[in-house]
Amino acid sequence: MSSRERILGRVRRALADVPGDDTPYEQAVPRGYLREHGERSTEETVELLAENLADYRALVHRTDAGGLAGTVAALLHRRGATSVVVPPGLDESWLAETDVRRVVDRAEQTPGELDRVDSVVTACAVAVAETGTIVLDGSPDQGRRRITLIPDHHICVVRVPGQVVSSVPQALERLDPVRPLTWISGPSATSDIELDRVEGVHGPRTLEVVLVTGLPSGTDGS
Amino acid sequence: MSGTFIGMPAFPQAARASVHDATLRGNLRHATHTIRGKREQAVAEVADWAELREAGKRIKDHVLRHLDRYLVQLEESVTAAGGVVHWAADAEEANRIVARLVKETGEREVVKVKSMATQEIGLNEALQAEGIRAYETDLAELIVQLGRDRPSHILVPAIHRNRGEIRDIFTREMGEWGRPAPEGLTDSPAELAEAARLHLREKFLRAKVGISGANFMVAETGTLVVVESEGNGRMCLTLPETLISVVGIEKTVPSWRDLEVFLQTLPRSSTAERMNPYTSMWTGTRDEDGPRAFHLVLLDNGRTDTLADEVGRQALRCIRCSACLNVCPVYERAGGHAYGSVYPGPIGAILSPQLRGTRSEIDASLPYASSLCGACYEVCPVAIDIPEVLVHLRERVVEGGPVIREGNKVVLRPAKGHAAERAAMRAARWALTRPGALRTAQRLASRTRRLRPRTLPGPGRAWSGTRDLPPVPPEPFRDWWQRTRGGKDEAK
Ligand code: SF4
Repeated sequence: MSSRERILGRVRRALADVPGDDTPYEQAVPRGYLREHGERSTEETVELLAENLADYRALVHRTDAGGLAGTVAALLHRRGATSVVVPPGLDESWLAETDVRRVVDRAEQTPGELDRVDSVVTACAVAVAETGTIVLDGSPDQGRRRITLIPDHHICVVRVPGQVVSSVPQALERLDPVRPLTWISGPSATSDIELDRVEGVHGPRTLEVVLVTGLPSGTDGS
Repeated sequence: MSGTFIGMPAFPQAARASVHDATLRGNLRHATHTIRGKREQAVAEVADWAELREAGKRIKDHVLRHLDRYLVQLEESVTAAGGVVHWAADAEEANRIVARLVKETGEREVVKVKSMATQEIGLNEALQAEGIRAYETDLAELIVQLGRDRPSHILVPAIHRNRGEIRDIFTREMGEWGRPAPEGLTDSPAELAEAARLHLREKFLRAKVGISGANFMVAETGTLVVVESEGNGRMCLTLPETLISVVGIEKTVPSWRDLEVFLQTLPRSSTAERMNPYTSMWTGTRDEDGPRAFHLVLLDNGRTDTLADEVGRQALRCIRCSACLNVCPVYERAGGHAYGSVYPGPIGAILSPQLRGTRSEIDASLPYASSLCGACYEVCPVAIDIPEVLVHLRERVVEGGPVIREGNKVVLRPAKGHAAERAAMRAARWALTRPGALRTAQRLASRTRRLRPRTLPGPGRAWSGTRDLPPVPPEPFRDWWQRTRGGKDEAK
């Protein structure tokens, strides 16, 4: 007997007390919880996102479609970045005002190559106001998961208000489980050395989120 | 279950050793109390906590009651998405499967993100016996591993090492394992963390095989979810060519939508965060993004035996948030090691004896490691009635009776000479009759509060995360109470 059969057999014997007409899933789970917490206008939801991002130590910037390229250029400059990874489907105009060397996200790239790049600029799939979370889904304007993991500086552009939802349930509704998803809520931190807080052992130690108005919220190229 | 600490003394003896360690006790108390307060805030932020808790309980109950069907569905979904599913009836089989899969890649080293399941089965030791080096990548685990040490505590695994020692360990050992520590490394935590970042990064960048657990598996879609803080999880899940995930069968949830419940309750219960820093979700393999091969090892190892117990099976609802540890007066005094298992605290007291049986002295004494105060039930985000299960297991220890072990019905004999009850008396005595010691520990935590961190390493890394914590109150609750009689003598 294979272990598969053995385990499934044990499960079935263990559940001998469960009647054949046990309550079906749809009725077994009460969904009385809220779809979102509190009532907010669209502006208030964006405001809450900004607050919660900052609360988790992301650096939040605001601009409009016309100012985006300038903002991105300024952030890269301030960081002293000499190279930046760019997902293949990122709107070129976002980087129009910087001459920092572009490194395009490619399948052949080794992690070692990415480790020598200073920054990364991406879009996102959705942002969750209540939790201060941005979610990446690997669309062409977000790239492979590793490009937002290895460089030490991540600039993430959120189109507001279109890409902002209030809550976790609303975010899941918008996401496609088939895509690889990364939920990011601020840079990481550790307190493993004498309980002293140190920010970001792995992953980008600096997360900058640019909230940009006046851009259509569809994900480019997907 | 091979995760038993060999020669582990039964709970009361082990606990007595821990309660005499003042440093450990002070740290533990501080840790549990600060996280407890912050958790209350995080929970109070959501008005529908009771409904989320009820939904979480019902989702898990439903999945457990139809686990055969959902496991088959999960297997189909994962396979359809490009993954390979393996079934492991016990620890030994799981270890054998993982060792074989690693060897088939031709590699001799793996990077690991700490998981309770792989600790439970003793995977690192099993791999070592096969000549495979497993690198733990949580910072605390790295300190422990480089120091050729055992974790001193599940909540703060490297707390027994001060910064000077860590510097010495890094300087001496890092070169043996990979990238050496930088010249002139000082003992500042930021520099030490940077050294660890660089040392581990070299391992991540060259790693060909990653090993993980998972917090959730969605039957409907075949999606796996890993919730973490440091980012080492993302490294292990994304950079290697082969990913092997070892996951207990009870981690299954029916549908994608169910995540909306647990992604709200888990971070708030666990690290008192609205959301933990990083959550990864993946479904099989993805062309040109992440591992090309994905293996899921579904682990039984006593879970189906637990499932066979109609009262005890609720323990399988556990989402490993650790909230019950932080409120438990017994855990706070005894420390994680006293439980003799990778699962400490109230959940360990009901899970370990069920996964492993109550034949060993430690497992027979575990159901007594509680004052039945019920605080664990109150905070549990899936409403596991831990006291109910404890009482049920005590009856089983004292009176014996039929249970399922490795799928077979066996009849337990009553505990001889009521050894367990004697153990219980001892356990209760130290935990509940030392108000003086309790007071001292509270004061200690208060006096040293300036030395305390604003953050806390989450319980047991896999149960873990970091965020700001509120300061310890300047005056312990107990002193305040004695001084004011609960505020009656003091305007609020
Ligand atoms: S039993 Fe404890 S660790 Fe498990 S879900 Fe409940 S509170 Fe969390």
